[in-house]
Amino acid sequence: MTDRGRRALIWAWTLAVLVFLYLPALCILLASLTASRYFLFPIQKWGLDWWRKTFESLEIRQLFANSITIAFCVMVVAVVIAFFGALAFARYNWKGRTVFQKIVLLPIFFPQSVLGLALLLWFNAIGIQTSWMTAIFAHLVWIIPVVTLVISIQVYSFDPALEEAAFDLGASRWQVFREVTLPVLLPGIVSGAFFAFLLSWGNFPLSLFTTGADATIPKYLYAKMVAGYTPGVPVLGTVSTFGAALLLLGGYWLVTLRRRAQS
Amino acid sequence: MAAPHETGKGLSQGARNALPLMLFMIIGFAAPLLTVIAYSFMPPRSFGLTRAPTLDNYADIFASNSYISFGWSMLFAALTVALLALICYPIAYGMARLFGRWSPILTLLFTIPLFVSENVRLYGWILFLIKNGVLLGTLKSWFGIEPESILFTPGVVLLGMVYVYLPFMLFPMTLGVSMVPNETREAARDLGASRWQVFREVELPLSMPGIMIGLLLTFVLAVGAIAEAKVLGGQTIIPITHDIEIAFTYAQNWPLGAALAVLLMIVVGTLVMLVLKRFDLDAILGKR
Repeated sequence: MTDRGRRALIWAWTLAVLVFLYLPALCILLASLTASRYFLFPIQKWGLDWWRKTFESLEIRQLFANSITIAFCVMVVAVVIAFFGALAFARYNWKGRTVFQKIVLLPIFFPQSVLGLALLLWFNAIGIQTSWMTAIFAHLVWIIPVVTLVISIQVYSFDPALEEAAFDLGASRWQVFREVTLPVLLPGIVSGAFFAFLLSWGNFPLSLFTTGADATIPKYLYAKMVAGYTPGVPVLGTVSTFGAALLLLGGYWLVTLRRRAQS
Repeated sequence: MAAPHETGKGLSQGARNALPLMLFMIIGFAAPLLTVIAYSFMPPRSFGLTRAPTLDNYADIFASNSYISFGWSMLFAALTVALLALICYPIAYGMARLFGRWSPILTLLFTIPLFVSENVRLYGWILFLIKNGVLLGTLKSWFGIEPESILFTPGVVLLGMVYVYLPFMLFPMTLGVSMVPNETREAARDLGASRWQVFREVELPLSMPGIMIGLLLTFVLAVGAIAEAKVLGGQTIIPITHDIEIAFTYAQNWPLGAALAVLLMIVVGTLVMLVLKRFDLDAILGKR
């Protein structure tokens, strides 16, 4: 096969897999736009009624509030801890580093449903009632390592000589941190923050066991799906899919703009 | 690279930076796992950790047919991993070698689904495959044929797992493939190696670290999968995670569930340790 033919084949395959990846989202969008109580395809009557009904529901507003609060807190805490974690992971040569690197990876390479259960037992053993606050903690166990890896990739490409130069020029430790380390690592920190927010927003296995009486959107959707069909499910599903897509595309656009402005 | 302003007293600078994360992992990861282990030795149906330890739960498990669920979980995870390796390799190769300036936007498109809850995405498949859904509804109205829905069969569970875990295979693999230096590949070609030889002798071994991470990650996630079998499979297969969840919810037998979880952890943990031990993470993540 020629190089050209192989190239075309790989492109075609990649695009086909992307279609496969987005097909369910398309189906959910379609289902959210029907006017009838049950989903029948081809759609007989289109309508936005279910969107209106969903957003008027107080329960759903509460779910949104829960999910956003949890994701926001997770993002803030995860980025702070993971920032220093990433410096230890990739910047400094210290004695325990290889062990530390492996410990960071362990929660990622661990079945999340089992982790959720383990946390539930642990909260129960030390007498903590599960709620949205324990869910934040549970998400962090999995998300901090992910964010640490994301920031680490940026730290690897960071030249420590920059910091040393600043020290030689008489900058204090805090000045070096604020004027050199932080700005250089900012792209990694920003993508880490995106990862943290979105992974928490979409997380289901950890929330299932650790939110207690509070619910997040994924947990609520799961309960509804198992119980039977309601058109509110496609609406919420569409919102969470497009929300994630918009946030990411927006972030990507901002990063490219910034890069262009710099060069 | 020696850290500047090394104080020499107390912890090294690296250890000080690692400290918050380590403390968090102790209370958030190590302690919960120890709790599960402790529970697995409590007498059946106890809800505290204060009773005399026993091995009853493990005896119960080995006497029961839980091994069937274990088997399903392992089999489906292995199948998922194998399929994903075949599906993702050409894409990873394209991302690293062919797509050039399109790579970032394609990466983004492959990333977005990661952030949508897996049950939402699986739900889309139900709408696609269900009777009178997108696929069957279209077939019916265009061609007038009405095949049976394939929903709630083991095959669909596999489809769901492949679908959900695809990015987790793709990204490490892309990282691995981009670690192969172009010069090495060209040198092999110049020395007369066929395309297949280049792939087998150069491409594959050099991208192995990334590929192994992808295999391991998807296997671990797939063994812990719970939503796919439930949402798409309609209980035609029962994975081990389902047994664990049942023990904790309907059966109200926490120690039994904990013992099952411990067995799963042992399997997964052994695999992870074996694989991770062999790789230098700096080389995988750091090399650009």
